[in-house]
Amino acid sequence: MSKIHVSTTVNGDPVEFLADPRETLLDALRNQLDLTGTKEGCGTGDCGACSVTVDGTLVCSCLMLAAEANGKRVETIEGMAREELHPLQRKFIEHAALQCGYCTPGILVAAKALLERNPDPTDTEVRYWLAGNLCRCTGYDKIIRAVQDAAAEMRQDHRGAA
Amino acid sequence: MARDDVKTGYKLIGTRPNRPDGLDKVTGRARYGADFSLPGMLHAAVVRSPHAHARIVKIDASKALALDGVKAVVTRADLPTGLTGEDLNLQDNTLAGDTALYDGHAVAAVAASSALLAQDAARLIEVTYEVLPHVTDVDAAMAPGAPVIREGVADYSVPEGMHGNVARYMEFGHGDVEAGFAAADIVRAQTYRTEATHQGYIEPHACVGQMGEDGRGEMWVCTQGHWYIRRMCAAVLGIEAANLRVTPSEIGGGFGGKTTIFMEPLSLALSKKAGGRPVKLVMSRSEVLRATGPTASASMDVKLGMKTDGTITAGQVYFRMQGGAFRGMSPIGEALPCAFACYDIPALKHEAVEVIANRPKAAAYRAPGSPMAAFAVESLVDEMCRELKLDPIAVRLKNGATNGSKSSYGPVYNVIGLKETLEAAKAHPNYAIPLGPNQGRGVASGFWFNHGGETSVTLAVGEDGTATVMIGTPDIGGSRASIGLMVAETLGIPYENVRVNVVETGALGVNEPTHGSRATFASGKAAVEAARQAIAEMCRRAAADWGIDADAVEWKDGAAHPAGPNAGKHPPMTIGEIGSKMGSTGGPISGHHEVTAEGVGASFGTHVVDVEVDPETGRTTVLRYLVVQDAGTAIHPAYVEGQYQGGAAQGIGWALNEEYVYGADGRLQNPVFLDYRIPVASDLPMIDTVIIEVPNPGHPYGVRGVGETGITPPLPAVASAIAGATGARIRSLPCSPPKVLAAIKAART
Amino acid sequence: MRYHTPTSFADAAAIAAKATGTLRFLAGGTDVLVQMRAGMVQPDDLIDLKHIPGVDQIVQTPDGGWKIGIAVPGIVLGGHEGLVRDWPGVVEGMNLVGSTQVQGRATLAGNLCNGSPAADSVPGLIAAGAVVTVTGPNGSREMPVEAVPAGPGKTNLAKGEVISSITLPPRGNNGGDCYLRFIPRTEMDIAVVGCAVSLRLDGDKVAEARVALGAVAPTVILSEAAAQAIIGTVLDDAALAALAKAAEGAAKPISDKRGTKEFRIEVAGVLARRAARIACDRAKGMGK
Repeated sequence: MSKIHVSTTVNGDPVEFLADPRETLLDALRNQLDLTGTKEGCGTGDCGACSVTVDGTLVCSCLMLAAEANGKRVETIEGMAREELHPLQRKFIEHAALQCGYCTPGILVAAKALLERNPDPTDTEVRYWLAGNLCRCTGYDKIIRAVQDAAAEMRQDHRGAA
Repeated sequence: MARDDVKTGYKLIGTRPNRPDGLDKVTGRARYGADFSLPGMLHAAVVRSPHAHARIVKIDASKALALDGVKAVVTRADLPTGLTGEDLNLQDNTLAGDTALYDGHAVAAVAASSALLAQDAARLIEVTYEVLPHVTDVDAAMAPGAPVIREGVADYSVPEGMHGNVARYMEFGHGDVEAGFAAADIVRAQTYRTEATHQGYIEPHACVGQMGEDGRGEMWVCTQGHWYIRRMCAAVLGIEAANLRVTPSEIGGGFGGKTTIFMEPLSLALSKKAGGRPVKLVMSRSEVLRATGPTASASMDVKLGMKTDGTITAGQVYFRMQGGAFRGMSPIGEALPCAFACYDIPALKHEAVEVIANRPKAAAYRAPGSPMAAFAVESLVDEMCRELKLDPIAVRLKNGATNGSKSSYGPVYNVIGLKETLEAAKAHPNYAIPLGPNQGRGVASGFWFNHGGETSVTLAVGEDGTATVMIGTPDIGGSRASIGLMVAETLGIPYENVRVNVVETGALGVNEPTHGSRATFASGKAAVEAARQAIAEMCRRAAADWGIDADAVEWKDGAAHPAGPNAGKHPPMTIGEIGSKMGSTGGPISGHHEVTAEGVGASFGTHVVDVEVDPETGRTTVLRYLVVQDAGTAIHPAYVEGQYQGGAAQGIGWALNEEYVYGADGRLQNPVFLDYRIPVASDLPMIDTVIIEVPNPGHPYGVRGVGETGITPPLPAVASAIAGATGARIRSLPCSPPKVLAAIKAART
Repeated sequence: MRYHTPTSFADAAAIAAKATGTLRFLAGGTDVLVQMRAGMVQPDDLIDLKHIPGVDQIVQTPDGGWKIGIAVPGIVLGGHEGLVRDWPGVVEGMNLVGSTQVQGRATLAGNLCNGSPAADSVPGLIAAGAVVTVTGPNGSREMPVEAVPAGPGKTNLAKGEVISSITLPPRGNNGGDCYLRFIPRTEMDIAVVGCAVSLRLDGDKVAEARVALGAVAPTVILSEAAAQAIIGTVLDDAALAALAKAAEGAAKPISDKRGTKEFRIEVAGVLARRAARIACDRAKGMGK
């Protein structure tokens, strides 16, 4: 089986690799690019632990072939913090919104995508947006609080900057 | 609820600093079981039986081995013979012997140069089976005519004449239950059933194992207990435990399911066969659900006698549980003691059988046995409260266990906090919120013994005055932060100056896993003792420097002080000053403590849940949920709250939607998260928590384990709330919409 | 596995016609990749349709309908003002498929061609009277959506044929549609029962109606009896009761791990009533 040459941008960096045609984007991120922050929890698109954004759209990387990432812009958890932590990351630590932390990268990527679309969501909107991110440890309570607290801070900063 | 309003005199305990692993976890840097790689690493895949029960006639791996890049195949023939008891069970579960005992039972494993290739190779391994009759239901497995699925599984406890699938029998009690029932105003008996559920950790089992020709090896694995993993892998492979070094990764959830081995020995066996190359083995989600350790399914008879004033006069239970095809795996030994543990009842009779069935080998799941027992007993208590029109909290206060009462299972309770949780639940605003149409409220209490266990901790003072603590209990709930707080409190230094590391098997004496809610209790207790030992040594160094007796030195606020004016005038010597000189004052300063920790304090909890049920579809929405639970002392309140909320969420899932569904063919029908339905974010409300603190005298800071009790009350509380909302009592979990709708319609007629 | 990226439907059809082994088309991939991972299918040829121009477009047709490209993911459908205004029942059906992440990839065509009896987008498309354009080696033809599913996991497309677009008719005045499904949780479940109702009012009366039931038979049921129960009525309680009874009668479900036969029959009636009411409110301009 011959491999497919994939050129893509991950967290702002241009990368190239050879992918098995059956290899998923999740496999490529973890095994080819050593970006192990994105996790596999189910392999069937039911748990969201593999969440990344592709051209700005939130997707499950286990449901994309690596080959499909050719020419696209992929963002993972590793790209979330720039010079400092993203407010969501900070608030998750502050609010103890993680226990084992395995679902956390996926939830952070998903929450960031939400707040970029809707900076002032209701609790219900946050819950339904995150319904595809399973957490078994927290019962979601502190996660929702952390997302809302980060959203509030981001709205504040945005107003301050404006 | 924060501790901040309670005066305790603690400086750090009860505060909410950031957890030390938080940064790594929010940036994706934390390394879990599948995140570790070694040069030359191979990938493994496992071949599993598609039959619930079948004789393995032949395994032909020739086509797989012929593929380029396939380096090794391992079957049962590669494992040593002669094991007995639980070691044999573990080996039988790692790779089937002559019989596959459940759908998903591992039969062979293959290592290849990529994961895709390993899966291709696994598909090429041809296994010939002779299908045998199977049984998967707990009651069906004991029924006359049910096939005996394994010979000789009963142990000494099983009375004559029981079905061949009965593996264990248990009974105990006290008082005269017949007299007790006779003295009651009403006596009610019901049968309750719970289905098997899975811990549902989001991280599948994963390990990297490497074993050389000399039989020495290493493993990196996500686990709750790496000493157990080491001992179990060694037993299964027939090597000495000391030849294996196991390092725990960060763990993506365990809840009891990662306290044992499933496929780990295969990575080592494959590695050895592949010339010592490391082998990575990661389970898929369907493998996790089919072939790791769900909890038992249970069929439970309960009988209670109650007076019209709510006094419970007698209680009797007969539990039947299946824990898979291996003796000893169901939690009858915990379920029975838990059944009436919240009560002080003068006459009780407990009986249980464990049955084997063609299902995977059960493992612990958060307070094993307690949720099932609570579902049965608390449901019947609630039914009788409703019948007699009594308040469920009042009845529990009336009959509840207290300090000094003899527990239902024997020991006398020392200091416990059940009544405090009941009072707090009653006083909580949630309990007074008026209910609307199709809404109902359920109350239940729950219990877990908690555990001490073998513990070994070392603490080293740094040249810079920091303290590094080495513990052996993997951190599944924030225990590094809690232990850091306790050590910092003891040493009188800032929390940020304490490092808590979970170290590998070569670095400490034996440690039992993080189970039984023991990490904060036992590792914490040992860490405090280790810190005290280091303090004693630091005081000796200061005393030597000052030329006074060591017992004239006391430790306060992170420094050695002369203890009183007679000791002389010496400025305090800080831990940093002592640390910086220790090389020349006698050498490095450490403390250590090894103990099978005692002084455990049980944790009781009371939950209140409000639901609304759609009367046309039977669908339940959880409106409000309150957890009130005794933590003893909440070292880090946010992590205690987290345990309360997490346990409640798992219990709600168990009550409403989670169940193992087996087909007539004995195969698991729902080995994916699509159909094994754990709660999603939109299913749950905010989960209110109240931390009760009745300190445990057996721990220097009053700690009680908190992780497990919380999953117990939701099962009966949700069912009782649904009964309140609909008039229909569900006695068989989950309370899925078809069951609830059918019960609503039956209740109407 | 050979991974193809044709740049026209004609090329895609030609590759498909020549393929000898197991063939799958790839749009969003949210079914195919799951099946590959589970070992249920090992395609010899995988044809990625996303490189064909126009597949990600939503274009209004001259008569006011909507032509939807086969690679438009659910989240884009849900953000399209015109579609949401005209066919909220179609959009909400698609938007119920999976999670937010799945919505970022999943497509109407994929949902239809996967052939699940419980597919959430299909009842709404059928109730709306949508058609698909099918392109094969011999050219293109149109099929009503209800002609596509042939049974669980199967379609009526011939070898070498692929759906090249989905077209919704113009909504016209006084029309409204709705899709409801029953699942045990609030999200992330396969529909235990699904029901779509599309209707047009003439004054207060229902002048036209189509009622489609999902997950209660091997393929979606378009129930004439259920439609007749409400046509000519003002959708009062009696009409709704008749609708529920007709829907119950039309449903032919099985019992499985997701629901019993009796439960599905009963809930089919409940959903038909509720969906009809919402469709009616939307037709009156009252509903959202």
